[in-house]
Amino acid sequence: MSARHAPAAGLALVLGLAVCGIAGARAADAVDPKADMKAFQAYFYEKFPNVKHEDFVNGPYSMDEGMRKQWEEKEEFPPYDFAVEKGKELFETPFKNGKTFADCFENGGIGVRQTYPRFDAKLGEVVTLEYAVNRCLTENGETPYSYVKDDMAAVTAYMAFTSRGKPFAITVPDDPRALAAYEAGKQYFYTRRGQLNFSCASCHVQNPGRRIRAEVLAPALGITAALPIYRSEWGGMGTATRRYMSCNSQVRGTPLAPDDPLYRDVDYFLSFMSNGLPISGPGARP
Amino acid sequence: MISAFARVVLVFLLLPGSAALAANAQEANDAYAAAKALSDKAAANKNQWPATATALAAAKAASEAGRTDEALAKAKEAEALARASIDQTEREKTAWKDAVIR
Repeated sequence: MSARHAPAAGLALVLGLAVCGIAGARAADAVDPKADMKAFQAYFYEKFPNVKHEDFVNGPYSMDEGMRKQWEEKEEFPPYDFAVEKGKELFETPFKNGKTFADCFENGGIGVRQTYPRFDAKLGEVVTLEYAVNRCLTENGETPYSYVKDDMAAVTAYMAFTSRGKPFAITVPDDPRALAAYEAGKQYFYTRRGQLNFSCASCHVQNPGRRIRAEVLAPALGITAALPIYRSEWGGMGTATRRYMSCNSQVRGTPLAPDDPLYRDVDYFLSFMSNGLPISGPGARP
Repeated sequence: MISAFARVVLVFLLLPGSAALAANAQEANDAYAAAKALSDKAAANKNQWPATATALAAAKAASEAGRTDEALAKAKEAEALARASIDQTEREKTAWKDAVIR
């Protein structure tokens, strides 16, 4: 190459690298739920090679032998049984208009938990099972339930119970609104917040299986499959929303409003990450 | 009976003190207003810290009870906490991406 052409060639190289850099940055920022899921699952399977894949849905019990033994004994008389019974009763009791929850869900609401959360194209938003239950109530002239416990936990416990063993089958359609909701949930999951400067990932990605005080941290993979749960710490049942609010409080942050769309979005992200893993809810945790 | 001289001395002794108290109360009110504004911004960011609200409430209670030094200190504490939570939000707008599993 002649000296005369060298500066031009250098400029072309710099421009080329810059273009590649921009393209690389765009690729890194592109929303690709399937690639995320593949990397997410591989991370946990490599980190815990001795844990059976379907066992991740059992949270801390898949990580700690002692806790697992206690749990197995507890499962002989599970503390969520009353909630399942109450949920069944509520589920089957007709509304004032004569309809029931079964009229709001495909397959009469039986064995459908694994398909929630889902993106509703008509509404343009993520619909979690809790949100679907409350929409069903309001559309039939009933008062919606609290998003955190009691009747909501009971009805979703019953619906989860009828779906046990069915693998999560969450979809993120190629719709900019669905992708935006998925990305918002992903961002919420990885964002540090609260006075302790923790993200959801700080505990459930970076430190699962380790203890934080007396608790063994659950892996993020499969974490939504056991919801709703009976927590000894709560002295009762709690929904997915309650779980997220509780996490916010534990890192000394103020929880969002229970009906904040961000809780639905993070549930969407986490459940999509757990695709293929079986529903194990309702669960019981310390 | 207090002499005229003693009255003059008392007035001169008390004036700077009351002026200083007034200044403290105003300072505490200003600090509270500044902390409240930042706290509202943190809440709008959906990243409020409970400690901020606790410090703000303590500042208000101290102010209403006339404990201006305490009111000022609590308001400044609330302001620092609110500012830290806002900084955290700003930092995390991009920093969260570094934690993503790839």
